[in-house]
Amino acid sequence: MDFKKFLPWIIGIGLVLIIGFWVMGVMNTGLQKDQAVNKEWGNVNTAYQRRNDLIGNLVNTVKGAAEFEKSTLTAVIEARAKATAVTIDPANVTPEQLAAFNSAQSGVSSSLSRLLVSVEQYPSLKANENFLKLQDELASTENQILTARTRFNEVVQEYNNYVLAMPQSIFLGKYKEKPYFKAVEGAEKPVEVKF
Amino acid sequence: MKIPNLNIPNSKWVLKLIFILSFFLSSNSIFCQFTIPKVPAEQTSVYDYADVLKPDEEAQLKEKLIRYSDSTTTQIVVITIESLQGEDIGILTPKWGHAWGIGGSKQNDNGVIILLAKKERKIWISAGYGLEDRLTAGIGGEITRNIIIPEFKAGSYYKGLDKGTDALFDVFKGKYKGERKKAKKEGNIPILPIIIIVIVIIFIIAKNKGNGGGNHGNRGGGGFDLADIIILSSLGRGGGGGFGGSSGGGFGGGGFGGGFGGGGFSGGGSGGSW
Repeated sequence: MDFKKFLPWIIGIGLVLIIGFWVMGVMNTGLQKDQAVNKEWGNVNTAYQRRNDLIGNLVNTVKGAAEFEKSTLTAVIEARAKATAVTIDPANVTPEQLAAFNSAQSGVSSSLSRLLVSVEQYPSLKANENFLKLQDELASTENQILTARTRFNEVVQEYNNYVLAMPQSIFLGKYKEKPYFKAVEGAEKPVEVKF
Repeated sequence: MKIPNLNIPNSKWVLKLIFILSFFLSSNSIFCQFTIPKVPAEQTSVYDYADVLKPDEEAQLKEKLIRYSDSTTTQIVVITIESLQGEDIGILTPKWGHAWGIGGSKQNDNGVIILLAKKERKIWISAGYGLEDRLTAGIGGEITRNIIIPEFKAGSYYKGLDKGTDALFDVFKGKYKGERKKAKKEGNIPILPIIIIVIVIIFIIAKNKGNGGGNHGNRGGGGFDLADIIILSSLGRGGGGGFGGSSGGGFGGGGFGGGFGGGGFSGGGSGGSW
C-alpha cells in the first residue's frame, strides 16, 4: 500500500471538512445574530406595550382625581391609539416602517410628558400613592424603552457588520440589512418625572 | 460698517446651528460621563466607594446580603458613589448592574442593584429581568419613599439601606431558592481543535505507513511505534486539558459564591432623592 498516493486526497478531504465546518459556522452565526435582533425587538415591543398599559391606568387615575383638562388627556389617548396601530414584523422591517413606528411612539412620549407636567398643578394627585407608583412605573418604562432601543441598535449593528461583510455575505444572501432606531427630534429625552 | 449688518442674520443662523449641534452632542454625551468601573476581582454585596458607611456597618450589611444570596441565589448589591458626574441615575443604575452581570445566574437574572449618589442625594433601585415582576418600579419607589428616605433624612445611611434591603427580602419571598454556588466554569467542546487533532493523527498514520513501506522487513507492515504512541497520547492529553480548565478567580468567603452570575437588566427601576 502506497499511502503517498493518497496523501493529497487526505489533505483535500481535510480542507473540505474545514471549509465545510467554517461555512456551517457562518450560517449558524448568521442565524444567531438574526435571532438576537428579533429578541431585542421583542424587548423593545414589550417596553412600549408596557407603557401603553400603564397609560390606561394613568388615564383612569388622573380622570378620577381631578377635573382634568380634557384636551391633554384625549391627546394621550389618541397618540396611544395611533401608536398601537403601527406594528412591525422584525424579520423584514424596512427603514420607513421603523421610522413610522418611531414617530408614532414618540407622539405618545411627548403627549405623555405634557400630561405629567400639567399634573403638577394638582396637589391631591401628587399625594396619591397610586399616582406616585404610576409615575415611577412610567419613568421606569421610559428608561426601559431607551435601554431596549440602545440594545436593539447594538445587535442590529453587530448583525449588519456580520451579514453584510465579506466573505460571510456570500453565504448569507438571504439576510438583509436591518435599519436602526433613530432619535426623533425632541423625543430623545425620556418623560421627565419630578419627585 | 457693512460687515456687521451683513453678518447679523448670518451669525444668528450660525448660533442656531451651534445651539442645535451642541444640543445633540450634549444629549449624546449624557450617556458617557460616568465610567462604570471594571468588574471587581472580589465580587461581593457592598461597594462603598463614597464611604458613607462605617466599617462595622458595611461589614454587617455585606454579610446580611451575602447570606441572603447563599440561601436564595438572589444577589442584591449596594453601591455608593461620590457623584453622578451629570449622569442620569435612572440610566446609570441598570446599566451598571448589566455591565457587572449582577444576579445569581444568567437564566434567572435575579439581581438587584441599589445605587446611592452622595453629592446628588439620590438613590435608585433596579431589578434584573427575573425580579422585575416582584420589584416593580412602583414598589421600588414606594420602598424608597416610605422606608429608605425617611431614615436617610433622619441621618443614617446604614439604617435606610438595612431596612430597605429587608423590605426587598419581603418582596422577593419564595421566588428563588438555592445554595451557595461554587465557582465554576462551563465548557463547551470546541470542534475545530478536534478536527485538527484528527487530521494530525491521519497525517501521522499516513506518514508512518509510508515509512513502513520502506522497512517491511523490520516492522511487518507498519503500525504504531513507541514514538507515535507517545505523540498520540500526549495529543489526547492536550485536548483533554483544553476543557478540563481550572475555575476562574476564586471568590472567598467575603463575596458571593461564584461571583456575579451574569444577570441582565432591562433598564427599569425607581428611586428618589432626599
